[in-house]
Amino acid sequence: MGGVSPAKGRTGGNLAPLRLHVPEPKYRPGDRVDYSGLVIPPAGAQPRPDETCPAGDTYPLCTDLVRVLGDDDLAAGPWDPRLDAGALRRMLRVMALTRAFDDRMYRAQRQGKTSFYMKSTGEEAVAVGAAFALADDDMVFPSYRQQGLLIARGYPLVEMVNQIYSNRADRLKGRQLPVMYSARDYGFFTISGNLTTQYPQAVGWAMASAIKGDTRIAAAFIGEGSTAEGDFHSGLTFAAVYNAPVVLNVVNNQWAISSFSGIAGAERTTFAARAIGYGIAGLRIDGNDPLAVFAAMRWAADRARANMGPTLIEHFTYRAEGHSTSDDPAAYRSAHEREEWPLGDPIMRLKRHLVAIGEWSEEQHATMDREVAGEVRAASKEAEKSGVLGHGMHHPFKTMFEDVFEELPWHLREQAEQAIHERQTRFPKWKE
Amino acid sequence: MTIEEDPVSLADAPTRRLNMIEAINDALDIMLERDPNMVIIGEDVGYFGGVFRATAGLQKRHGRTRVFDTPISECGIIGVAVGMAAYGLRPVPEIQFADYIYPGLDQLVSEAARLRYRSAGEFTAPITVRSPFGGGIFGGQTHSQSPEALFTHVAGLKTVIPATPHDAKGLLIAAIEDNDPVIFFEPKRIYNGPFDGYYDQPARSWPSHPGSVVPEGYYAIPLGKARVVREGSALTVLAYGTMIHVAEAVLAGKGVDAEIIDLRTLVPIDIDTVEKSVEKTGRCLVIHEATRTSGFGAELAALVQERCFYHLEAPIERVTGFDTPYPHSLEWAYFPGPIRIGEAVDRLLGA
Ligand SMILES: Cc1ncc(C[n+]2csc(CCOP(=O)(O)OP(=O)(O)O)c2C)c(N)n1
Repeated sequence: MGGVSPAKGRTGGNLAPLRLHVPEPKYRPGDRVDYSGLVIPPAGAQPRPDETCPAGDTYPLCTDLVRVLGDDDLAAGPWDPRLDAGALRRMLRVMALTRAFDDRMYRAQRQGKTSFYMKSTGEEAVAVGAAFALADDDMVFPSYRQQGLLIARGYPLVEMVNQIYSNRADRLKGRQLPVMYSARDYGFFTISGNLTTQYPQAVGWAMASAIKGDTRIAAAFIGEGSTAEGDFHSGLTFAAVYNAPVVLNVVNNQWAISSFSGIAGAERTTFAARAIGYGIAGLRIDGNDPLAVFAAMRWAADRARANMGPTLIEHFTYRAEGHSTSDDPAAYRSAHEREEWPLGDPIMRLKRHLVAIGEWSEEQHATMDREVAGEVRAASKEAEKSGVLGHGMHHPFKTMFEDVFEELPWHLREQAEQAIHERQTRFPKWKE
Repeated sequence: MTIEEDPVSLADAPTRRLNMIEAINDALDIMLERDPNMVIIGEDVGYFGGVFRATAGLQKRHGRTRVFDTPISECGIIGVAVGMAAYGLRPVPEIQFADYIYPGLDQLVSEAARLRYRSAGEFTAPITVRSPFGGGIFGGQTHSQSPEALFTHVAGLKTVIPATPHDAKGLLIAAIEDNDPVIFFEPKRIYNGPFDGYYDQPARSWPSHPGSVVPEGYYAIPLGKARVVREGSALTVLAYGTMIHVAEAVLAGKGVDAEIIDLRTLVPIDIDTVEKSVEKTGRCLVIHEATRTSGFGAELAALVQERCFYHLEAPIERVTGFDTPYPHSLEWAYFPGPIRIGEAVDRLLGA
C-alpha cells in the first residue's frame, strides 16, 4: 500500500457529499408532453453497411435510428427493402389483424371470459415486420408481446383464443396463463412468464443449429426493461463468443410496467449500444416503421446465415396501452405521451405509405378493418363453443399430472387419483 | 437499531381496520420514519407504489433515495441490498412475485445468508425480502408458487409468513428490525380478504375479520412465536398464510374441536407451541399450499414425529398442493381445499 494512506477518517471532512441519482421520467400523469428534444433523424439518411461487414461498421447505427418511411410517407434510402405492394398489403393486414385480435381479447377479459390479457398495440410492426423478414422455419423465442409473430405465420386465431380461455380445446391444456402460447410447428418457442430466460435459450438453439450445420437461425425478443436481467448479458456473451447465428431483439417501448426506460439504463446510452461492448453487430431502428423493421431483420438474418454471427437490434417504439389488463398506466405516465409520440402509429404509417404510392385507399382500408374484425369475431365465437375460463376445470384432472415427467411416477399417480376422487366427490356426475 | 425501548403495550392503542396491503404499507411507513437507515427498493415500488400497491405513497413521503424503482434484475436487487447492508443500511427489497426470486437466489443463498458466518460477524445482512406468494388468483405457474421450503432449507435465512393484517404489520416490523436476512412471504390471495377455500362463494373482505384490527403506530410481533388461532382438543393443525383461513373454515364446518396453530415464522419455528399442542391433542395435521415433496410439511412431520412420537394416536397427516407446476385453469383442482383437508381430518379422527 506504499505510502498511500487509506481514506479512513476522511468521512465528514471537507469532501462534497455523495449523491444518489435515481432516474425520473420527464412526464407524469397530467403533464404536457414535449418530444422536441428527442432526436429523430430523417428517414433514409442512415448508411447500410453490407451484411458481412465487420461488426464495428454498425456501431454508428447503434446510436442512430434506421428509418425508411419518412414524414412524406414515402420509403427512402439504402434500407428501403423495396417490397412489392402485395407484400406491403399483406403486412398491413397482419398488423391490423393483430390489433383487432388484441382489442377483442382485451374486451373478452373485461367481460370475464378469462383472467388476463396483454396487448401489443402500437408495437405491431416489430413482430409482424420480423416475421416477414425471417424464414418460416427460423426459430423465434418471443416474450409475451409478440403475438404478431404467430399471427403472421398463420397460426389459427381460434387456437390462440382457446389458449386465452384455457378452454376444453386449448392445446396447452389450460396450464398456461393467457397469451403464454407455444407452437412448435410454427417455430415459436413456449413463452415463459420469467423475463429474459429466452435470450440465452435462443443463443443455445442457434449454437445447436451451427453445431449441426443446419441453415436455420434463431431470433429472440425482450422488452427494454428485461435487458437488466443477467440472462440478457449471458445471452450476449455466449452469442459473441460462439458467433451464434441469432438475432437478439430489444423492443424498447419506453415503459416496463410503471418504470420508464431510464430505469433500465436509457439515460446513458441506447440499448443497441450494448452490442458495442460485446463486439457484435448492433442496429437501432424506428420500430414503428414496418419497412425499417423488415429491412433490419432481413439484414441481421442474412448476416447470421452468412456465418457472420449475432446482431442486437433495438426497436424504438412506444407501448400505447397498459402493460396488461392488470395495469392502469394513468397512474404513472402522462396520457399525452401516446398522442404526441413522434414516430406515430405503425399501422397508420404503412397505410399512408400505400395510399401515397397509389396502392391503397380509404375504402380498401375500411373494408380490410371490417374483414379482420370479422375474422377475429368468428374465431372467438368458434372458441367459445369450447368454453371460457370461468372457474376453470375444463380439462380432465389427470392432465394436471401429465408432462411433469415423461412418465408418471408413483407419487403423481397417487396424487392424480386423489384429484379425480375430489372431483367426483364435489361433482358426482362428472366424467373425467 | 432502536430496540432497547420498553415493550409496547397494545392494549390501549387506538386501532384501525386494515386489509393486508394497508397493514404492510403502514409497517413500512412507520419503519421508514423510525429508522433513517431503512430503504425500500424493487421493481415498480417507487412512484407507482408497487404492482400490489404495498409501497403506495412511500416515495412521496420519504423521498426518492429511500424508496425507489430498480432495474428488472432480481440478482441486482438482492445483490445491491447485500452491499447496502454491508454499509450499514437496512434494505427492504421487494421481489414483485415470489416466482421471480430465482435470479436472485445466489445472492440470497451464498451471500446474504452467510455473510455473518463467513466474516465471523464482521459483516451482516439485515435485509427483509418481501414478496407476494401463493396461488388462488388465476396467476398460472409464474404468479402462484409457494417456494418457502427452498428458503427454509438454507442455513442463515429466516422465513416469515403472516396470515392476517394485524400479524403482517407486527411481523414485518420485527423482520425489518431483525439483524439477519428474512424472507417475508405475503400470501397474495389474502391481501384483500381472508379466503376460506370455497372459491365459488362470494369473496370476503378484511373488515369483518378480527385479524384486520390493526393497532396504530409501532408494534413488533417477535419472530419465532406462533399464534394459537383457536384452542381445541381433537387435533392440532399446523399451517401458515392463506391455509390458516381455509383450515378454520373447514374444521368449523365439520364441527371439529381443532387446535389451529399459525406458525407465522417457519425458521426459527416455535417448537414449544407445536410440542405442547400435539402432546395435548395426540393428532397432527400439517397443511401447506406448496408442492408436497420436500415441502415444509415434511420438516414439520419429522419434527413432530421426533419430539412427540409417544403422544401420537394417529399417523401425522399432510395436506398440500400437488407435485406439479401450478396450473392456470385447474387452479381449484390443485389448491388444497375443503375436500382434501376434510378427508385428512376424517382419517386422523378415525384412527
Ligand atoms: C424475472 C421476472 N421478474 C419480474 C417479472 C414481472 N414483470 C413482468 S413484465 C415486467 C415488465 C417488463 O418490461 P419490458 O421488459 O420492458 O417489456 P414490456 O412489458 O414493456 O414489453 C415485469 C417487471 C417477471 N415476469 N419476471
